[in-house]
Amino acid sequence: MPDEFYRSHILLCQDPECLAKGANDIEEALLRELDAHGLRDEVNLLETSRLGHCHTGPEIVVYPEGVTYINLTPAAVTEIVNEHLLKGRVAKKYLFTGEARKDEELRAPTAKEIRIIMARCGVIDPENIEDYIADDGYAALAKALLQMTPRQVIDQVLQSGLRGRGGAGFPTGKKWEFAAAQKSDVKYIICNADEGDPGAFMNRRVLEGDPHSVLEGMIIAGYAFGAHQGYIYCRAEYPIAVRTLKIALRQAREFGFFGKNILGTGFDFDVELRIGAGAFVCGEETALMASIEGRRGEPRPRPPFPAVAGLWGKPTIINNVETLANVPNIIRHGAAWFAQIGTEKTKGTKTFTLAGDVVRTGLIEVPLGITLREVVFDVAGGIKDGKGFKAIQTGGPMGGCIPEHLLDTPLDYENLGALGSIMGSGGLVVMDDTTCMVDIARFFMDFIQDESCGKCVPCRIGTRRILEILQRICAGDGEEGDIEQLERLSKYILAGSLCGLGQGAPNPILTTIKHFRAEYEAHIKEKRCPAKVCKGLITYRILDTCPGCMVCARNCPSKAITGEKQKVHVINTDLCERCGICMTVCKFDTIVVE
Amino acid sequence: MDDIVARLTEINKRFGYIPRAQVEQLAKELRLPPARVFGAATFYSLFSDKPRGAHVVRFCEDAPCHVAGGRAVFDAIRAALGLEPGQTSADGRWTFEMTSCIGVCGVGPVMMVDDDVYGNVTAERVAEILNADR
Repeated sequence: MPDEFYRSHILLCQDPECLAKGANDIEEALLRELDAHGLRDEVNLLETSRLGHCHTGPEIVVYPEGVTYINLTPAAVTEIVNEHLLKGRVAKKYLFTGEARKDEELRAPTAKEIRIIMARCGVIDPENIEDYIADDGYAALAKALLQMTPRQVIDQVLQSGLRGRGGAGFPTGKKWEFAAAQKSDVKYIICNADEGDPGAFMNRRVLEGDPHSVLEGMIIAGYAFGAHQGYIYCRAEYPIAVRTLKIALRQAREFGFFGKNILGTGFDFDVELRIGAGAFVCGEETALMASIEGRRGEPRPRPPFPAVAGLWGKPTIINNVETLANVPNIIRHGAAWFAQIGTEKTKGTKTFTLAGDVVRTGLIEVPLGITLREVVFDVAGGIKDGKGFKAIQTGGPMGGCIPEHLLDTPLDYENLGALGSIMGSGGLVVMDDTTCMVDIARFFMDFIQDESCGKCVPCRIGTRRILEILQRICAGDGEEGDIEQLERLSKYILAGSLCGLGQGAPNPILTTIKHFRAEYEAHIKEKRCPAKVCKGLITYRILDTCPGCMVCARNCPSKAITGEKQKVHVINTDLCERCGICMTVCKFDTIVVE
Repeated sequence: MDDIVARLTEINKRFGYIPRAQVEQLAKELRLPPARVFGAATFYSLFSDKPRGAHVVRFCEDAPCHVAGGRAVFDAIRAALGLEPGQTSADGRWTFEMTSCIGVCGVGPVMMVDDDVYGNVTAERVAEILNADR
């Protein structure tokens, strides 16, 4: 809007994290206050994302002063508009002063990080294709279509050593080569954006921050093996990614990157967006295709592999978001450039999401081959609240838990596999020393059991049996022989399941038994939860130093706490549900768990 | 339009669930066996085959929210609504469901009320979130 002049600009962060913390209410409040003071012509309100302080959002930045306000509430907005915009004074109460403690890609990367996939996230406007083009976007497409044969494109990807970032790590170039060899008029390329691993949101960020890199990768892939139609399968739980993709698709079509005769080369290609409806298993490639076909999202046996007979029986390649986003970089800078990053067998960078008990949760991009210790302690800043490290779970719910003495393992597909875990899509959950590993195993099994599509018996019934045993152990009813039974069931599920979900389901169980067997034994033999987590094995007690403030009694959902004002309170352990709310609300630290 | 999942999403949005009659009608329109459409309608967790409350409260049941203190929040929601996951209140106001990861793990524990996502939820904040004007 070049002919409009504003004295101030307010940037309001609208990414999912800030929206989750009420950014919409802040927008409403801002508009209301600006209207109330007649400032709408003078102050411009812009929505943006990735301002950088998710933990303390919602937040705004007011320009030209460049002042950041955090922890906003509608009341805070009233004050800020009054103070800052009317009186010209900084509203100190909400001023951001501290050092950025955040999960953000805008944080200057630590020395150990490299940004290729995320280079543009938070830097360009994802809803404006011109931003992408100005940063060499679609240059790789032009190079591929105008200067390279499809075979040369495949060779570049092969030589780069790029492996599928969805989890299995299959060489991408090889996949394309299979599809290219298929004689069929119709072939499909599918972008798997059904990122469902708990704790994993790296694909979401790329889709929200740099959607065109994925689209460009898809067109190049289509050119390489002869597909003219693509599908993006995005999960419904990502409304903002869906919106960004829709905008990107529309703009790319307007600019002629999709449709007939792309860049005048005679190559036709188009993409359709498909949205899921809540099914974790649809991230599995054959289940995903079933879902696009409008069926129940159940996997089917392979072979035939999708590259031979996939969507509607036609040769189909399914690539993950991050895999495709790597492609334009490889074409533009060459295979050798890409291959210099990473380890011998695993090239390039990988995005990981860090969740759990680390100082800096969030998204990182690191060269493969970095050690887990570097990730946890150097990149993520170590364990928060001064606690100790207990385990890191890699690879999402089908991954394994890795203990401290193995932290020096360099991250790549082979090493993680050797530890009984997987790379998966890159979710990392860090657990501190107050975590109960049996409880965690139960938790993952609960997830898997829930998400098992039910087609194969070992996965459907086996995971249920495992869950029941774990629930029993956590409730204090573990029996001698349970551990062996868990190991046996795991073996059968692993051997007898059709898809990655069942085949990976035992990983959390087997790795926690392997590395934390003593905890299982304490639960089973001593009826004790060493981390004091499992409800059936703990009791809450109020110490004699209780000042009798009554807050715990008021907050107890099961009315298990009694006591008079200024007298020591008592918990009735028969009524107590061991939810721990009393301990959270007690300001005097007089409630203990035993 | 042959995108069955999108059609079902539309129906689910319009009615709050997928009524059996709509399944039959969609099957007829697409010339598919009703079982095929019914199969899809009952597979995906965002679809419901029975009416839900005016507001659907969802809580993330996954590990990152769990290790961030999710259990106390879960218990607080159960207590505040008087519902177990999967139940709808007698007055038809609330349905309580669990959801799989919605990908904002950086601000866990996370809960949703209808389409609104709330992050960094604590047990104390649950009542305030549920009592907000809707």
